Amino acid sequence: MQTGAPFSFERFTFSDLKTLLAKASPLRSGDLLAGLAASSDEERVAARFALADVPLKRFLSEALVPYEDDDVTRMIIDDHDPDAFTPVSSMTVGDFRNWLLTDEATPEALKHLAPGLTPEMVAAVSKLMRNQDLIAVAKKCHVVTAFRNTIGLPGHLSVRLQPNHPTDDPAGVAASILDGLMHGSGDAVIGINPATDSPEAMIELLKLIDEVRERIDIPTQSCVLAHVTTAIDVMARNAPVDLVFQSIAGTQKANESFGINLAMLAEAEDAAKGLKRGTVGHNVMYFETGQGAALSADAHECIDQQTVEARAYAVARKYSPLLVNTVVGFIGPEYLFDGKQITRAGLEDHFCGKLLGVPMGCDVCYTNHAEADQDDMDNLLTLLGVAGCNFVIGVPGADDIMLNYQSTSFHDAMYLRSVLGLQPAPEFAAWLRKMEILDQHGRTRPQLDGQAAQNLLAWSGAA
Amino acid sequence: MSNLTNKKIPSGLDPWNTLRAHTDARIGLGRVGDGLPTERLLEFQMAHARARDSVHMAFEPNSVRNQLDGLDHAILDVHSAAPDRPTYLQRPDLGRSLDEDSVAALGKHAGDYDVAFILADGLSARATHDHAANTLKLILDHLGESWTVAPITLATQSRVGLGDEIGAALGAKLTVMLIGERPGLSSADSLGCYLTWGPRRGRSNADRNCVSNIRPAGLNPEKAAKKIAYLMVESRKMGLSGVALKDNSSNPELIEG
Repeated sequence: MQTGAPFSFERFTFSDLKTLLAKASPLRSGDLLAGLAASSDEERVAARFALADVPLKRFLSEALVPYEDDDVTRMIIDDHDPDAFTPVSSMTVGDFRNWLLTDEATPEALKHLAPGLTPEMVAAVSKLMRNQDLIAVAKKCHVVTAFRNTIGLPGHLSVRLQPNHPTDDPAGVAASILDGLMHGSGDAVIGINPATDSPEAMIELLKLIDEVRERIDIPTQSCVLAHVTTAIDVMARNAPVDLVFQSIAGTQKANESFGINLAMLAEAEDAAKGLKRGTVGHNVMYFETGQGAALSADAHECIDQQTVEARAYAVARKYSPLLVNTVVGFIGPEYLFDGKQITRAGLEDHFCGKLLGVPMGCDVCYTNHAEADQDDMDNLLTLLGVAGCNFVIGVPGADDIMLNYQSTSFHDAMYLRSVLGLQPAPEFAAWLRKMEILDQHGRTRPQLDGQAAQNLLAWSGAA
Repeated sequence: MSNLTNKKIPSGLDPWNTLRAHTDARIGLGRVGDGLPTERLLEFQMAHARARDSVHMAFEPNSVRNQLDGLDHAILDVHSAAPDRPTYLQRPDLGRSLDEDSVAALGKHAGDYDVAFILADGLSARATHDHAANTLKLILDHLGESWTVAPITLATQSRVGLGDEIGAALGAKLTVMLIGERPGLSSADSLGCYLTWGPRRGRSNADRNCVSNIRPAGLNPEKAAKKIAYLMVESRKMGLSGVALKDNSSNPELIEG
């Protein structure tokens, strides 16, 4: 592959596609840290003017990391579907933005287009979009997946129940699971980040969730977010694995820094599918990503952090995941400095994932050294709800006592469902009604002294 | 979190209050409609405010120096290349490099030392103010006469990697850095300790040993000091630190031996 002619607008020139994308990207601290950001606001907008004129086809002939050097690039190029690409193949990036906003870009059209898009095209068009564009187009992208329930249907919002505990104490984890269920959370997955990444610890936690799920017949899935190799190991020992988790990134080098390669993900997907534990569907993978991950591993290949993040969604897409979420404010202020940058990144990530056909959720979160607080999280959470985000995270009181960061809470999810009229996954909603947790108006109003609640409490006594 | 546990939960959630005995997670908070009761809301804001204040609190080396009064060691102030807190937070690379004055100051004390102790602000000056001097004194109590100790440095706007430049400039075989950790919502005063054998620029985390969560409500300074002293002895014996150096300090036989 050749590097084409440089790009220019007025007095500004940009030597290659990678540089142009970086300079066009909305300001964020991670690109400054990497030395890739535009040096002035004027240069940034000039880059956008130049980017708007780039034909989408150029992204198929100019790879950001050489094909020979990077298996993510090879996957993107080799898996590209030229037939699906046809409707937009003669467009520039600017034309593409215009088209996405028209009524011609229907949910059906966008679904058929997805395999024809590369992450670089999607990242490029996002850089020309305002936040409202990112929301409006993402809302038209319906990516529906299923395992024991159905996630991502329009008008629905699912929640990952995240009952982490600093020492994986079974009673502590169980208490948080019950609290989440009583608040209507847990339809995306009951997913624990283990404090210890070992097969034994993973099996113990899997059995704990599986027991409560079977005893009270909850139509949801479980996941212990250990390394993919640990999951492969415990599947061979017949542990009750529903979903296999892995953190992924957008370059081969970054994935190597996570101790993974693409073959491992394929092996894990095969093994989990082989267990045939899904009832209404067979999406068995769960991936997390986040802007800045590649740079922090010094594996960003001089690509701006938003574009390299979009490449991670191409990795995710290959393995038909049930769930993918960006952990958008977790990495810290050296990558996303404040609430404004976190908000922008969350909307970009959701948009890029959805346009590529990935079932995007978002961990709306921040750390205590970022310039952000719960008001910023409320804003991003609400915007993502409007954009049709598949799922968000539910942590007791928004305070993850194991990972030491603030995410969204069970209460936050109830708020979002209420103000936007969103429902839990249909199978899970039926269960919540049976348990007297949802009332006749579809609101989460648990009957704490009812028989269902007593059954849950009785289980917790046993755990 | 104990102050939460003892309070009565509104909104009729009391039957679930028993579950709070099992975890420090914020469960059984009650609800008003879909939202948090006022008291719970304000408790969260207070925890966040304390954590943020710890991040942005100015480091006062003199307050730490005063607590070290009576120790028979020179004490030096050093500063990273990050001039202020906003720069420090966005440029971790600058927080890992010394400024020019500090390089010159350390050069005057260059020697051949077994260990250099560094007390650094990191992401919580409060942790360093509250626990670093005490922890250092406890570590020194555990060390025998056989250790030659470099001047103690008090490092401002410092990341963990700054210790590599300090240790190399002083000519120390080992650095032991006590540094404020990123505050959690319920742990604004948590101190971390990093041990690095053969400090030099470019060392990675895999080359270090870490003792984390040092604070009275976490790993208390007495226990932490014992663990750190053990790791120091082992590090010197093996001539390394990092993944190859295992913490067996909870094995009493090894401690006594």
